Amino acid sequence: MSGSARIRRARASEAMAKTVLGACAVISLGVALFFVGYIFFRGAGSISWEFLTEPPRKFMIEGGIYPVIIGTVYLTLGTALFALPIGVMSGIYLSEYAPRNAMTRTIRLAIANMAGVPSIVYGLFGVALFVGVFGWGRSIIAGAATLACLTLPVIITATEEALRQIPNDLRQASLALGATKLRTVARVVLPAATPGIVTGSILGLSRAAGETAPILFTAVAFFAPIATSPFSQTMALPYHLFIMATQATKQAPHVVWGTALVLVAGVSILNVFVAGWRSGQRRKMRW
Amino acid sequence: MSDSTPQSTRRLGRSGLSRAAETVVRTTIAVSGWTTILILAAIAVFLFMSGMRAMQEVGLWSMLTGDSWFPTSKNAQFGFLPSIAGSAWVTLVALLLCVPLGVASAVFISEFMGKRGKEIAKSIIEFMAAIPSVVLGLIGLAILAPWVRTTFGTDTGLTALAAGLMVGFMCLPTIISISEDAMHAVPNELRQGSAALGNTRWQTAYKVVVPAASSGIFAAVMLGLGRAIGETMVVLMLAGNAGIIPSHPFLSVRTLPGTIANELGEVVRGGLHYSSLFVMGLALFVTTFLINLAADMILERQRRRWRR
Repeated sequence: MSGSARIRRARASEAMAKTVLGACAVISLGVALFFVGYIFFRGAGSISWEFLTEPPRKFMIEGGIYPVIIGTVYLTLGTALFALPIGVMSGIYLSEYAPRNAMTRTIRLAIANMAGVPSIVYGLFGVALFVGVFGWGRSIIAGAATLACLTLPVIITATEEALRQIPNDLRQASLALGATKLRTVARVVLPAATPGIVTGSILGLSRAAGETAPILFTAVAFFAPIATSPFSQTMALPYHLFIMATQATKQAPHVVWGTALVLVAGVSILNVFVAGWRSGQRRKMRW
Repeated sequence: MSDSTPQSTRRLGRSGLSRAAETVVRTTIAVSGWTTILILAAIAVFLFMSGMRAMQEVGLWSMLTGDSWFPTSKNAQFGFLPSIAGSAWVTLVALLLCVPLGVASAVFISEFMGKRGKEIAKSIIEFMAAIPSVVLGLIGLAILAPWVRTTFGTDTGLTALAAGLMVGFMCLPTIISISEDAMHAVPNELRQGSAALGNTRWQTAYKVVVPAASSGIFAAVMLGLGRAIGETMVVLMLAGNAGIIPSHPFLSVRTLPGTIANELGEVVRGGLHYSSLFVMGLALFVTTFLINLAADMILERQRRRWRR
């Protein structure tokens, strides 16, 4: 009698817990989807061919945001130029060469820790080092270098993880054929790990493209023409959005929401593309 | 026999050039392995050096404990307390939102969802983390701030509460994915053992899985805390940036990252105000560094425990 009551109680609390926890999960994930939907809802009306391909007119409240989009593209490409070579090599070191000792553990801790450094701190660092000491001034190259510092941990982690998924049989087979370690890494391991490295890096770079605080004082201007050299200032989507939403003298909601939509759509497209490509690759390559 | 083998006529090994090239490449790889440590150290050094002037002229202790921040007035005051208190309120609100919600979501995703559902949930979480913070700030301005003003009758919607709620949302992906990982790492034998003793899934979750993963969940909360303290754009746009030391979260507050982002654009390079903002950055860096370090060490220990 008391046994069956206990079972009934356990079942009731099971159902209850499932409902409450499930509601929490739905809320957490649902809010994210709602936010993205809201951006699309508010911004869709602003998007036109003119908005995407024309420069702004009349103090930014008319015309398009073409130079802003190009500015973000330049900054992101610059970030990739800095972060990719160092990040991939660093990942190769950790996966293929690093000895298992305290030093390597320290490097790993440093990487994990870098991922948690506030973005405004990277901004200060960029101001002190790239803008100041290196004398690059407020420029695309200074902003890209700052964003690269912030993206580096993502790329390193993605590279290392992708390399670790490659089975040791492949390495040993290559070594047994007389290839050196470096040749094995360059010709066998790295090509096999490329999909993982590319997808992880794109995710990292798409996050860098949306960052505002690191470029606030290292790269951007309220208005700048399309850059002609890496040492020019630039406009950028996140900064344009920030300044138009908070500090512009004349309110231009359609520009603000349109810019937000372009930014979110860019990031979303990259993410969806990466997710699709990754699952396709995963199905193709099974060790 | 040995002198007639083909080896005797072949060049032994590789050319010196190829060996040299290999050494160069290998050294480059090893050096880049160290860049992260180098960058972390450089951040600390450059923040410290740029903050030197303020620390000498005002003093680190009187900055950290000073209760007024008037960097541009004639009798300039560089007290961090208003910003520290503002950051504390925003962080508290954020944690109150994201810790229960995040951990509960993680338990559901890890213990009650199927393989397919987990995959979908994970890609949504990954996507959440990719939404630019400035966009969340904009949504906060459009939805959250008006809601706070009408619901709580505050003068302005730009309060620690509005900022905290949005920052809490931003911490969700961190907390959910890391605590989910921690629960995922708990060996299935423990779940099966618990089920064999007649426990339901929920009983297994709260009696076995969550306690076993508790240190990882704690680390997840700490990483969320670090993120909340350092978040810049959302607090810059939503917290209101008022100068007082706030006594409750329904007030406009300034925060450490918000103050830096708000003022660095207007200061003279190398001046006292400029320098004091770097000290603020240094304080922020040291705080988040210690929090993250502790969390990462906990995670590392847990990983080793389950690997065995």
